[in-house]
Amino acid sequence: MRSSSPTLRAALVAAYVVGTGALVAAVPRSLPAFLLFMASMLLVYRLEVPPRFRAAAVFAILVVIMPVVGTSNTFYLEVATQVGIFVALALGLNIVVGLAGLLDLGYVAFYAVGAYAWAIFGSPQALKIWPAATAIFPLPGWWFFPFLLVAVALAALTGVLLGLPVLRVRGDYLAIVTLGFGEVIRVLANNLDKPVNITNGPIGITPVGRPPLFFAPVVARLGVSTEPAFLYPLYFYFLVMVIVLVVILVTQRFKDSHIGRAWEAIREDEAAAVAMGIPLVPMKLLAFAAGASFAGAMGALFGAKQLFINPESFTFMESIGVLAMVILGGMGSIPGAILGASAVTILNLQVLKQLSLTLNAWKSAGVSILGFNLADLPTQLEPAKYERMVFGVILIAMMIFRQQGILPSARRRMEIEEARAAAAEQVVTGGSS
Amino acid sequence: MKGSRVLAAVLAALAIAALSLPALPVQAQQLGTIKIATQSPLSGGQAALGEGIKNGAQLALEQLGGPLTRMGFRLELVPFDDQAKPDVGVANARNLVTDPAILLVVGHLNSGVAIPSSEVYKDSMLAMISPANTNPLITDRKLRNVFRIVGRDDVQGVVGAEYAATELKVKTVYILHDKTAYGQGVAEFFRQHAPKVGMRVLGFEGTEEKANFDPIINPIRARNPELVYFGGIYDQAGVFFKQARAKGLRSRFMGPDGMDSSELAKIAGSAIVGMTYSTVAGPTAVYPAAAKFARDYKAKYGKDPEPFAAQAYDAMAIGLAAIQRAVTANGGRRPTREQVTAEVHKTRAFKGLTGTFTFDAKGDPVPATYFVIQIVSGDPTKWGQNRLVKRLDIKPPSGSM
Amino acid sequence: MEWDVLIAIFPSVVVDGLVLGFVYAMIALGYTMVYGVLQMINFAHSEIFVTGAFVGAEILLIMQAGGTLGALHPLALLAVIVLVAMLVSAVLAVAVERIAYRPLRGAPRLIPLISAIGVSFFLQDAIRLVESLWRNAFYLTYPVVEFFDLRIAIAGDIDVPIKSILVVVASLLMLVVLTLFVNRTRLGTAIRAVAEDQAAAGLMGINVGRMISLTFLIGGAMGGAAGALFGVQFGTINPYTGFIPGIKAFTAAVLGGIGNVPGAMVGGLVLGMLETLAASYMSLLTGGAFGAEYKDIFAFSVLILILMFRPRGLLGEVVREKL
Repeated sequence: MRSSSPTLRAALVAAYVVGTGALVAAVPRSLPAFLLFMASMLLVYRLEVPPRFRAAAVFAILVVIMPVVGTSNTFYLEVATQVGIFVALALGLNIVVGLAGLLDLGYVAFYAVGAYAWAIFGSPQALKIWPAATAIFPLPGWWFFPFLLVAVALAALTGVLLGLPVLRVRGDYLAIVTLGFGEVIRVLANNLDKPVNITNGPIGITPVGRPPLFFAPVVARLGVSTEPAFLYPLYFYFLVMVIVLVVILVTQRFKDSHIGRAWEAIREDEAAAVAMGIPLVPMKLLAFAAGASFAGAMGALFGAKQLFINPESFTFMESIGVLAMVILGGMGSIPGAILGASAVTILNLQVLKQLSLTLNAWKSAGVSILGFNLADLPTQLEPAKYERMVFGVILIAMMIFRQQGILPSARRRMEIEEARAAAAEQVVTGGSS
Repeated sequence: MKGSRVLAAVLAALAIAALSLPALPVQAQQLGTIKIATQSPLSGGQAALGEGIKNGAQLALEQLGGPLTRMGFRLELVPFDDQAKPDVGVANARNLVTDPAILLVVGHLNSGVAIPSSEVYKDSMLAMISPANTNPLITDRKLRNVFRIVGRDDVQGVVGAEYAATELKVKTVYILHDKTAYGQGVAEFFRQHAPKVGMRVLGFEGTEEKANFDPIINPIRARNPELVYFGGIYDQAGVFFKQARAKGLRSRFMGPDGMDSSELAKIAGSAIVGMTYSTVAGPTAVYPAAAKFARDYKAKYGKDPEPFAAQAYDAMAIGLAAIQRAVTANGGRRPTREQVTAEVHKTRAFKGLTGTFTFDAKGDPVPATYFVIQIVSGDPTKWGQNRLVKRLDIKPPSGSM
Repeated sequence: MEWDVLIAIFPSVVVDGLVLGFVYAMIALGYTMVYGVLQMINFAHSEIFVTGAFVGAEILLIMQAGGTLGALHPLALLAVIVLVAMLVSAVLAVAVERIAYRPLRGAPRLIPLISAIGVSFFLQDAIRLVESLWRNAFYLTYPVVEFFDLRIAIAGDIDVPIKSILVVVASLLMLVVLTLFVNRTRLGTAIRAVAEDQAAAGLMGINVGRMISLTFLIGGAMGGAAGALFGVQFGTINPYTGFIPGIKAFTAAVLGGIGNVPGAMVGGLVLGMLETLAASYMSLLTGGAFGAEYKDIFAFSVLILILMFRPRGLLGEVVREKL
């Protein structure tokens, strides 16, 4: 592939994108077709093609083909939207963990802050706090957009509040403090239905307001259906894509600025960083605030998209899931976080589900494998029950066979190779292990 | 270049997947297949209850699918694991609505998952019959495609309070709940109703604790209420009852239908003898079919039904009957989801395992029959001998929240 | 406010807090052992612990089915289930280390953490799989052994069940044995050497790999014992039971100063006491506005406060930064 010309590669990519796009359109319920199509993003990223062509290809995939495919199978749109949400979360956590090296096990707390910020004011819930304000609440849907910023600010503020008391705390101590903080936020959300009903407790808040379909008249003129059921999934998909784009740009700017280098210095050696004149406190707080703000924005969007939120969405397992995405993709690397989030989300929502559905279909159809009739499989072994177990095995295998992540940052890859070499040396000198 | 090797590997893997998967039966759109999906947590901490829902639905499909099979349809159950997580539930919902063969959903266990998922089903008028969600918001949103065959939290709490005051003649009560939408909901309505029937509420507390209840028992014991009401599920409540008795708490115990499992006796033993619980599921004496269900369930799955399994059976039964009517109305052809939903609305006095069902416009069962049952023994094998002590027919509230 | 209630329950609140603290301490020992040597959060320790609980339950249930539950003295019975649980959990912990952690030696710290999370997911459902095939149920209840539930008056009108006393005794015993082992034996010294500097320890002729295995063996055994005792104490277990106590015990280990054996004990006691106090008194003190549901918030807030002033835990050494 290296020897081929850029034009040829570009043609190849274009052909691949069009081909798989057509495949998905032809068999809209085939998972492999969809996966092949999703892989086109990877292809565009990995192959050396002219930058302008790359941008055009990404645009074509995300802005043209994906929505078209998504209207024929809204599940894909849902998956793409959730991928987008988790990409933003992973990028946010990547700043805290990957760049600044601060292990955060309670990241989902910021997501919750953003979600509740909009859910409370964008739904009749606010009336339970100020019963007299019926003229104001629930806020009309267009307030969603200002509240995106409110959610960002609130989450960033929460990040700073978390960061302040724990500035001296490091490593695994920090991990446990953030874990505790995440739990505190969830328990608060679950319990602040008394003495004043702020969050409606475990029952949750519904209906959370959605941004208005202000573009509906334009769409109608184009001859497209203006059914909300049809438009909203597309609308949220594009909103997510816009937010992700902003998040990527911001992260990229951070990373390439003196701030990003300061973070990396802190990660590598705090004492040395201070000696070099890096202001430790503002830099750490900035990392917390920046990471948190992405989650805040996505939280607000999540509430509007789901129409409903309750504390069940903000458990410790969610934090762990996002952390796994960051590390799986390759810590400190932007493409890595994107790929990690996509891979884990698609794996959980689609591949593992499809696998168990397929096996289940085989089972009910009585298909035999190697002479064993699947219909005889005891109910205890039903595949749907063991998706998490498979996910666990994948995590372990990934860590063993590709610990730098799928798309590591250059520095990270170097470090890991060095560490490996050192470890190998140690084994040689230090006897068998 | 290392990258292209990786890429090649990814592509190769995908290609293999692409070659193997499309040939699968799941892709084959047989016109004659009708699928019914279940959504419930099949993995994670709530898997036992979620599995019960799936199993109950499956049993009903096998036992009651005959008429539809004779009409020429192949029936298939599609179990989804919603992991008790709203985002997974919604993604599953989007996934299953794209399969036109799916005409009905039986689920969910958690209201938090059911509410956002039902918004997705609504878009294609796919009927969802819930075997377990008692949260008022489920039906108060007035979605046309949402039904439930369990009573509402608000009614069950009231039933419990009424019974405690009028029959048990209790004057003081301490209320606990499990901090879930279900448990807290029931407990909240019990609390609201208690003063109206002359009971004093000595305490109202929630806890997510599952193992160690000592710290909560201390203040309860000091106040010595006549009754302790636990809004929650047996796996948590059983441990509490056992530890409370061991610590010398002598109050009566009471709970909602989350207590309805022989597992409660297995966990709490003699601690629960004499306690009462309210339920919509009739005891075997009133609904003999329930005894047969318990036997069949045990024969098929080797264990006693979980709390919502019988409800899942009924949900499936009601759905199958509706599909059958829709097929007939449609001239023997596969009906649309819209038609099935319309037929579910027309369900009249359907005699199921756990009650006789008619739906109101919101999808709540009317008039729901509630039973109060007293546990006679701490021996799990004698669970079937529990006594029916009260039967109430209550209309669900018609006003909105 | 009901002062009389508040005072009346105080002694039993303290006793309950201590018992819970010892439970946390037992589990925390496993975390702290592994952390002390590898600086790694062994996320799968909660599943190692649950495995012990299941082993204990299985032994008792099988004996109950065979009608031999009464044949042994309850204390002998307890010894049997604890020992077998220790054995199984220890072997499992060593196997986990071999398969999932050893290939990651030398990798950045977060890599083994993710691997451990994977192991945790895997083991939870593996336990469920095994139990559902074997018993067709994965919520197990410990058979009642009357002896463990007998209550002994310790002072005035405060009485505690024998099982709680057993937890306290076992946990103190574990602490003493572990401390002696780490500080007074050759193997213990070797483990400390590996904890200090793996490369140097290797150069001194210590078999680093074997010492790490030994650490997991001991940590696993502690987890297994804690699991069986947890089962006897609280009665009901499922494959996902370990998660919450695991998090709490890890918190306790950090609170006390992770890597420090007596620190785990102190951290466990502090955390258990805080939680119990909060759960018992929160509702009384706030007139019902806040209740037992806030106990974790209270516990974690105190944790954050303590770490603000002692960033390395209560007993952790204070490292003065040389700049």
